[in-house]
Amino acid sequence: MSDWALIIYCGIITYLTRFSMIAILKKEMFNDKIREVLSYVPSAIFPAIIFPAIFLDNVGSFQFEDNPKILAAAIAMIIGILSKNIIATIFSGLASYWFLIFVV
Amino acid sequence: MKSNLEIFFKGVIDVSPLMIPVIPFGLIFGILAIDIGFSPVATMGMSLIIFGGASQIILLQLFSGGASSLVIISSVGAVNSRHLLYGAVVSEHVSDLKLIWKIIISYFLIDQAFARSNDYLKKSTEKNKYFHLIGGGATCWVIWQSTTFLGIILGAAIPEKLGLSFAVPLTFLAILIDDFRKMNNLIVIIVSGLVATLGFNYIPYKAYVIVAAFFGLVVAFILTQIIKK
Repeated sequence: MSDWALIIYCGIITYLTRFSMIAILKKEMFNDKIREVLSYVPSAIFPAIIFPAIFLDNVGSFQFEDNPKILAAAIAMIIGILSKNIIATIFSGLASYWFLIFVV
Repeated sequence: MKSNLEIFFKGVIDVSPLMIPVIPFGLIFGILAIDIGFSPVATMGMSLIIFGGASQIILLQLFSGGASSLVIISSVGAVNSRHLLYGAVVSEHVSDLKLIWKIIISYFLIDQAFARSNDYLKKSTEKNKYFHLIGGGATCWVIWQSTTFLGIILGAAIPEKLGLSFAVPLTFLAILIDDFRKMNNLIVIIVSGLVATLGFNYIPYKAYVIVAAFFGLVVAFILTQIIKK
């Protein structure tokens, strides 16, 4: 599949998830149960990107020792929980990471 | 009765604070896409056609990991399933509108705009209150396209040695930061993260994102059942 076909298909599926409910639903069709489970979607999906990117190396092997990403991510998490600030979280993590790979 | 434009600008103002984190996100996307080897036009095309930060970053992540198109598209679909919830909530406020407005509103139904317009739509009794969502969405559109563009320019100048790809997990970590404080969410996060990490090499077709999300949602379902009882 060409890059453009991939981009267009991803665009279509993204749009359809936004459009489908607005197009189909008349009034409330989702019950509270489904609503509640759907609210967990970010918690269910983003860790699948976060964890492998921190704990695995480029070829997919575990990397526990000598892995500055673990410490940097931990620092970012602490700063994030304390500050509740998205930018502070990202930049404290990047700054720690750069400090660990370039200075230490 | 407020004019369409008044409500539109109310949406712009309400969503503005949420735009600050979008700026680094857009820059990182543009820089990484160029790094991975997408052309500047294709990178801009992604932001224009998909117009979804998480979807676009996951596309890059899986594409650079060599995942097949089918897996990339279904992972993007899984990431976007949260929009079904937004759509379901918004639909009751726009069910009487013409189809053309539903088509336009859907393009702008993004996290930040929904987050700010949800309250407004509930409280306002104006007939044209949906312009609030369009105002918020359009604001995000402008920020997203311009930061993507800046990222594309910077992408050529930033050395790979900086390890900017680490900004991807950090960005998602930042998005989830409030959920780390809630016990149920924390359990779901750990389950999903473990399944993805342990299954990374064993789940075929790089489908680990979908499999992990599935396990995460099953656990979420069980947890919500337990709490009800």
